[in-house]
Amino acid sequence: MIAQNFDYTAPASLAEALSLLASGEAKPLAGGMSLIPMMKLRLAAPDQVVDLGRIPELNYIRHDGGRVRIGATATHHQVATSTTVRSQCPLLAATAAQIGDVQVRNMGTIGGSVAHADPAADYPAALLALGAEVTVANAGGSRTLSIEDFLVDTFTTALEPGEIITEISVPAGGGSGCHYQKMLQPASGFAIVGIAVQVTASGGVIASARVGVTGLTGKAFRAHGVEAALVGKSAAGIAEAVAGIADGVDANSDIHASAGYRCQMARVHAGRAVAAALAKA
Amino acid sequence: MATTTITKTEPLVGKRIRRREDPRLITGAATYVDDIKLPGMYHAAILRSPHGAARIAALDISRAAAHPGVVAVFTGKDITGVGPVPCGASLPGLRVPVHTILAQDRVYFVGHPVAVVVASDRYIARDGVDLIDVEWDVLPAVSDPEKAIAGDAPAVHPEWPDNIAFHHHQENGNVDDAFAQAEVVVKQRITSQRLIPTAMETRGVVADFQTGDKALTLYSSTQVPHLLRTLIALMLGLPENKTRVVAPEMGGGFGSKLNVYAEEALMGFVAMKIGKPVKWIESRRENYLTTIHGRGHVDYFEIAAKRDGTILGMKLKLIQDIGAYHQLLTPAIPTLSVLMMPGLYKFQNIRAHVVGAFTNCVPTDAYRGAGRPEATHGIERMVDMLAAEIGMDPVEIRLKNFVANEQFPFSTATGLVYDSGNYAAPLMKALDLVDYQGLRAQQKKAREEGRLMGIGISTYGEICAFGPSPATPAGGWESATVKIDPTGKVTVMTGACPHGQGEETTFAQITADELGIPLDDIHVIRGDTAIVQYGIGTFGSRGTAVGGAALYFALQEVKAKLKRYGAMLLESDDVSYQGGQCVCNKTGRTVSLAEMSGASYRAMKLPPNTSPGMQVTNFWEPPNFTFPFGAHIAVTEIDRETGAVQVKRYFAVDDIGNIINPLIVDGQLHGGVAQGLGQALYEQAVYDENAQLVTGELMDYAVPKATMVPWIESDHTVTPSPVNPLGVKGVGEAGTIGCSPAMVNSVVDALRPLGVKHVDMPMTSEKIWRILNSAQA
Repeated sequence: MIAQNFDYTAPASLAEALSLLASGEAKPLAGGMSLIPMMKLRLAAPDQVVDLGRIPELNYIRHDGGRVRIGATATHHQVATSTTVRSQCPLLAATAAQIGDVQVRNMGTIGGSVAHADPAADYPAALLALGAEVTVANAGGSRTLSIEDFLVDTFTTALEPGEIITEISVPAGGGSGCHYQKMLQPASGFAIVGIAVQVTASGGVIASARVGVTGLTGKAFRAHGVEAALVGKSAAGIAEAVAGIADGVDANSDIHASAGYRCQMARVHAGRAVAAALAKA
Repeated sequence: MATTTITKTEPLVGKRIRRREDPRLITGAATYVDDIKLPGMYHAAILRSPHGAARIAALDISRAAAHPGVVAVFTGKDITGVGPVPCGASLPGLRVPVHTILAQDRVYFVGHPVAVVVASDRYIARDGVDLIDVEWDVLPAVSDPEKAIAGDAPAVHPEWPDNIAFHHHQENGNVDDAFAQAEVVVKQRITSQRLIPTAMETRGVVADFQTGDKALTLYSSTQVPHLLRTLIALMLGLPENKTRVVAPEMGGGFGSKLNVYAEEALMGFVAMKIGKPVKWIESRRENYLTTIHGRGHVDYFEIAAKRDGTILGMKLKLIQDIGAYHQLLTPAIPTLSVLMMPGLYKFQNIRAHVVGAFTNCVPTDAYRGAGRPEATHGIERMVDMLAAEIGMDPVEIRLKNFVANEQFPFSTATGLVYDSGNYAAPLMKALDLVDYQGLRAQQKKAREEGRLMGIGISTYGEICAFGPSPATPAGGWESATVKIDPTGKVTVMTGACPHGQGEETTFAQITADELGIPLDDIHVIRGDTAIVQYGIGTFGSRGTAVGGAALYFALQEVKAKLKRYGAMLLESDDVSYQGGQCVCNKTGRTVSLAEMSGASYRAMKLPPNTSPGMQVTNFWEPPNFTFPFGAHIAVTEIDRETGAVQVKRYFAVDDIGNIINPLIVDGQLHGGVAQGLGQALYEQAVYDENAQLVTGELMDYAVPKATMVPWIESDHTVTPSPVNPLGVKGVGEAGTIGCSPAMVNSVVDALRPLGVKHVDMPMTSEKIWRILNSAQA
């Protein structure tokens, strides 16, 4: 639990941070909820750590241009309690509120979590369901990717060396027809499966559905087939429509949940998530 | 001297008084081992085996030793003068492997210490560990205790290829007759899985060798500072009077710090070698790998009964997972399980056979309950299974077999004498609290609706207040000193070394009542062998039941002495002591405690046959153990789709004898229930086939969090213990012992419509889901 020696810098501006990170050698530190434990266990041993936590321009939540824009170092607590997020994309607030525990939510950041790409993290499910975009920057400039393009694989993203996430945005006006349903791994609090659902409905019949799934396999994904199957369904048709959520998925398996159990829990919790979202739509 | 009317003060014993120790603990003002920083102190880090079993083919420390900041590296060949880690328990035929403080040519479990690096800071020390080059010759390992003794497993210790650490047999009555007469016999294999104690504070040691005095001070997070002093002095070859152990503030022990560990002697050894203080603080990973684990039973139970529910006898074959070595009490723990095997029931025919199995795992030893949770789990499961088999209500079968009130003191089938009891009382109170008939009606309705609702009862008994010295490995008495300053302030020094259980408050309550003085005039000290008289320690729910009794008797002596000074000062033979003063029964004149104490130190004049000073030390030997009991009821519902067990309500009615402080008792019970619930639902130390600990982090080992613990509705019945003058029985482990069988009985009750008879712990969602799947298939 004792990290290797490293240099630590806490720049005050984004430009300074990007300059420090430009070589690709330094490791950016946001809330430290994943990087610090990895360093303490010596699973990560960066020579230089650049702390993004003191950069005011990375910490914001605003409603702007039809999107809710969230600075990379907004904490889970900020996202969960922001009136902007709660009114414009309640699914994201509900998801943030279920991450870890109070201490984790006070320290952990949305940019840090998404950049880490833990296959059991909560945010990706909601971000996929919401059609999020991720803005990344390096010393040379910035680019914006869809969350689907950003998440490449287990602990792997589209970030190039020297790049960091600066902003995550989701369309505003997400509507109340949403739910994040999570089955907790009892030790870590990560998702055994987490299902984020955003639906619109008319007269109890689903008009559109977006379903993000985390925890089930190596990376979070959108369940396009389930989304299509849900359209036109009322509450009674949900179970059948979500039954294929794990089809063709190479499910994770560990001491907390076997692959078979995870797949079945994805079906069960997808059904519950959609039902809850529909009830609120 | 004044002539004032004596105001009768209300007793403090029995009051819900907030813990006096808490403000410093919750404001960060307390001093734990890691807060101790001595001038010129060095830091140690330990290289540990990454393998369950391996030969050390080559070990090269040269790169580590040359690393800037590293001052010393020691390996197994350097510690030849240091004695082995002691096993304090003895059993006939016990095989005790030599447990050196650093591995010699072979390692026996993951985490086995191999070398220690000493450096100017802990980061450099840790870097140094990575610079030691080891060539491992990896050997096959075994982690499953049943496989270990099956005959074809790798030998943990090559000298004992059968992996058997000991056999222990206990038998009473006529078991064969009981089973021959039985109308029904129920058999079940029940496991009590390995658990990791997970004290919030890991272990830690600071060793300071004063080279001029040739004296060692060892600061260690230990429940037993005096026993540690004795044993460390022996290990290191130091005179005990030049060895001092200080247990500073502690962040929990739960039995895991009732021990003598290799690292404690190792830090003493290092400090003596380098002539400088050295600190080692255990990481959580090390804590999980190398601090003792608890439980680790595979039990084969058989219970014989008549069709009317009368229990005739019981058989048990117990396989105890020992781990690679014996720690201080390792082989004694399963013998406690055997002692408590009859539970609260009066049957007299038992046969128990314990086999200790060596495995390539960290040793097991005492963890909250230490042998009794396993026993209680066994008997309470078997009684429930028997009830189900003969179609009897689980309440009725218990009432039918309880030891009756008029039978106390009751001699059990295992040779214990239960001190006092009224076993039906907490059960009836609990049934009343839960509205048992109403719950059963709810359950009937739930079942009609296809819901899986369970009602689980456990009526536990436990053995506390360890204990009479002849029944313990190192003395079972306890000590207390009461000293009153010339200014009348009172210091209590307890040998029991409480470490979070609240005795700073409860012992002050006892003292305040006996001396008739305010709580604020009393200071309770523990944990420093240079200050406090020899004591045994806090474990086995003995702190108040033995340590508190020692204090009570010391207080009687000091009161008598105060009274002699009071009589002298009042110039009267007819005085009484009350309300913090001595009063002349004829004149009504009084002298205060401070005046009496002051006179004893000033000593201008002494009462007849009375020494100066106002200090009394008492060593008290208890005549028996104490035997608390109670009834826990868990109401659960199972999610048919996910297998998740939801605790709808949890009731605990405990009889722990007299209660000094109900607030502290509630806290002990709630914490105990949380740990019992952890075993029932979540916790399990998982070793894989190569004896790698899979649950090596809090990320994978599920200690219940606050949000995972249900609201606990609790109440008490009070049956005072005749064993000690306070009438207390002990409460530290009751919650843990009562909980797990109530939980499993509840879940099995919920699953009964599906034909389920038993579920082993932990009852994870996936395990229950699989049971549901196979039952529905």
